[in-house]
Amino acid sequence: MQNWPSQIGYFMLNLTIVGLYGMLLSGIVARTLAKVQGRIGIPLYQPFLDLAKNLGKRTAVSHGVMFYLGPVFRLAGGIGTLAFVPVLYGSEIFGNFSMAGDLLLAMYFMFFGQLGMALGAGESGHPFSAIGIARGLGQMTAYEVPFALAIIAIVVQYDTLSITEIVAAQQGGIGNWTVFTNPLAVIAAMIAFLGMTAYPPFDVVMAPNEIPIGPPTEYHSSYLAMMTMNQAVFAGAKLILFMALFFGGATNLVELVIKTWAIYMVAVVVGAAFPRFRVDQSIRFFLRYPTLIGIAAIAYTQAVLLP
Amino acid sequence: MDMQKYALGPLPNDGLSAEDRDLFSDARPVPYEPYPVAVVEKFVNWVRANSLWLLAFGTGCGAIELNPLMTARFDAYRMGVQMRPTPRQSSVFIIGGYASVKTLKRIIRSYEQMQGPKFVVCLGICPINGGMYWDSYNTLNKFDEYLPVDLYITGCMPRPEVLMAGVLELKKKIKEGRADGANRYIENFEWYKANQKRVIKDWNMPDYNW
Amino acid sequence: MANAIQLLADFGRNFTLSDIREQRVDLAFCKAPKEQAVRLIRELRDDAGYTHLVFLTNTDYIEQGIFTLTYMLHNYDARHTLGVHVDLDRNAAEMESIHNLWAQAATYQRELREMYGIRFPGSPRLDEDFCLEGWDQIPPMLKEFDTAAFSLERFHSREGRGSVDPSEHMKTLLYPTHSDEPSSGGS
Ligand code: SF4
Repeated sequence: MQNWPSQIGYFMLNLTIVGLYGMLLSGIVARTLAKVQGRIGIPLYQPFLDLAKNLGKRTAVSHGVMFYLGPVFRLAGGIGTLAFVPVLYGSEIFGNFSMAGDLLLAMYFMFFGQLGMALGAGESGHPFSAIGIARGLGQMTAYEVPFALAIIAIVVQYDTLSITEIVAAQQGGIGNWTVFTNPLAVIAAMIAFLGMTAYPPFDVVMAPNEIPIGPPTEYHSSYLAMMTMNQAVFAGAKLILFMALFFGGATNLVELVIKTWAIYMVAVVVGAAFPRFRVDQSIRFFLRYPTLIGIAAIAYTQAVLLP
Repeated sequence: MDMQKYALGPLPNDGLSAEDRDLFSDARPVPYEPYPVAVVEKFVNWVRANSLWLLAFGTGCGAIELNPLMTARFDAYRMGVQMRPTPRQSSVFIIGGYASVKTLKRIIRSYEQMQGPKFVVCLGICPINGGMYWDSYNTLNKFDEYLPVDLYITGCMPRPEVLMAGVLELKKKIKEGRADGANRYIENFEWYKANQKRVIKDWNMPDYNW
Repeated sequence: MANAIQLLADFGRNFTLSDIREQRVDLAFCKAPKEQAVRLIRELRDDAGYTHLVFLTNTDYIEQGIFTLTYMLHNYDARHTLGVHVDLDRNAAEMESIHNLWAQAATYQRELREMYGIRFPGSPRLDEDFCLEGWDQIPPMLKEFDTAAFSLERFHSREGRGSVDPSEHMKTLLYPTHSDEPSSGGS
């Protein structure tokens, strides 16, 4: 915290790396899914082309102030999440702005972006946007429950709200990772993660063929480019957060890439195998077993881990 | 070029009722300029050519050929083609065969909502000269009277292979910067609008759908 | 189905049916006068099991000055289709609506109003545009409407349009040297 300028510089570096990595990851995922469907799929760099194409659009129309602010808020949510998650454990460059309560801040930012998006897409006035937002917020509230329960469980377990300290507590061998010390919490959180990534069966928000792409229906040109960028940063930040909390964090970039890729593949594999839930099914799903597992995780932590 | 033509002030929008008129913009579209630096323009054109987002709006029987394009057999994703369900985000409008007058209204609205640069590809013989529907009371015979067309793909109906060849051809045109239909539309705005209104007798939409 | 004829004969006691004709084993036609048609259709639906309206369409017999409506009904149990023809005067084309028998009939009637100008008083949304929006000519399916001339005038045909006989065209394309005449002399 002493030398702000260099820390901000480091953060920009982190942001760039995570953003690029997130974009690349979406290319990898698209290609993987294409292989599942027996296709060749897009080139790996296609997401970058799409981004540049959207930035290079010559015209753009606006639907009002909130329409501008929607993508801005969303990007702020993505950047904010990343800002408080240490990318690499024990590295000054990749440490970001870690502090005592950063877990709470990161969680807050994860949901802040969604709300900003809801306001912006609501202003666009397209009915599909409104339906998409209603679904998105409903589903978000639902998967937040198991996620919050899992977070509570590990906060109780490690007795801290600092992500760095949680990572520190998991060092010294695979056996110390949360996934092995507190598996119930990790299961609940990973199910919530499926909801967050919005791959099938939980893609009720974008639901192609149903409410064609939902909230961003009216977004185009640079607005859309901004949202794509956020998607990349946010996906990266989320993965890093999950890795730090449950899978022992990473001490170098290679480890980071391997672990985050593996976590993401969970969602992709589930997504490739399942059709879409209906909205009510999806919401009920999260409020049943995952929530119970989350509660069980807290009980387990209290009874077994902290005797 | 005669700048007066499109600097003529607000559009009348007189097809709309008085209370609806407030809801639509009456600004006149203006043609865009290429980026001042030639290299940038060249690069952006290359990017545009490699990221073609099709509007998923099938206007005639030829639209049935759009779906196989995305399946495992033809896999147009390889060439940067993707389907977009909303005109706002798409850059290529494929007129999938004949367009009836009723459809033309929707086509115009969707086309105008697309953000430039945008390209129109006509699929099948019908938009070229009417095809087998040339004497029908309700289908257009020369599509390029109503919207600027960048590429025609003929056949009745064209197979997906031809469509892919068309996509490659369109890419070539975009890379060379020759696919400037969107600009032509705005430069000849009056002409296109007059043609559109000649066949659409109940013009109840804004003159330019922002 | 032999009893379709029997059925129509039974109905014939209460209705003046004519032109009873069995086209196929599962398809028969009859003609009913305009005043009795809807009552007949209702009884066919309620008593004889013809519960499904397959379609309602019209044919323009301009030479005889009539329209002939066809109500196609289907009986699921007997797997039998029955067509009821009704002649209308071409100059005062009006028919009782059957939208209260089948709600979807309103759509057919709307279309017939648009395409032929037949009126169905009481049918919902009858005068709204259906396929044609802003149509400013006589109904386009009438025989006196010249679609080709209209199309040429309004939609401007593209010059250079020609037509070829497909078989001749393919023959010259695929076998350019072949000739149908027996080859004469030395050439
Ligand atoms: S060209 Fe042939 S296939 Fe295409 S719309 Fe016309 S008739 Fe249909």
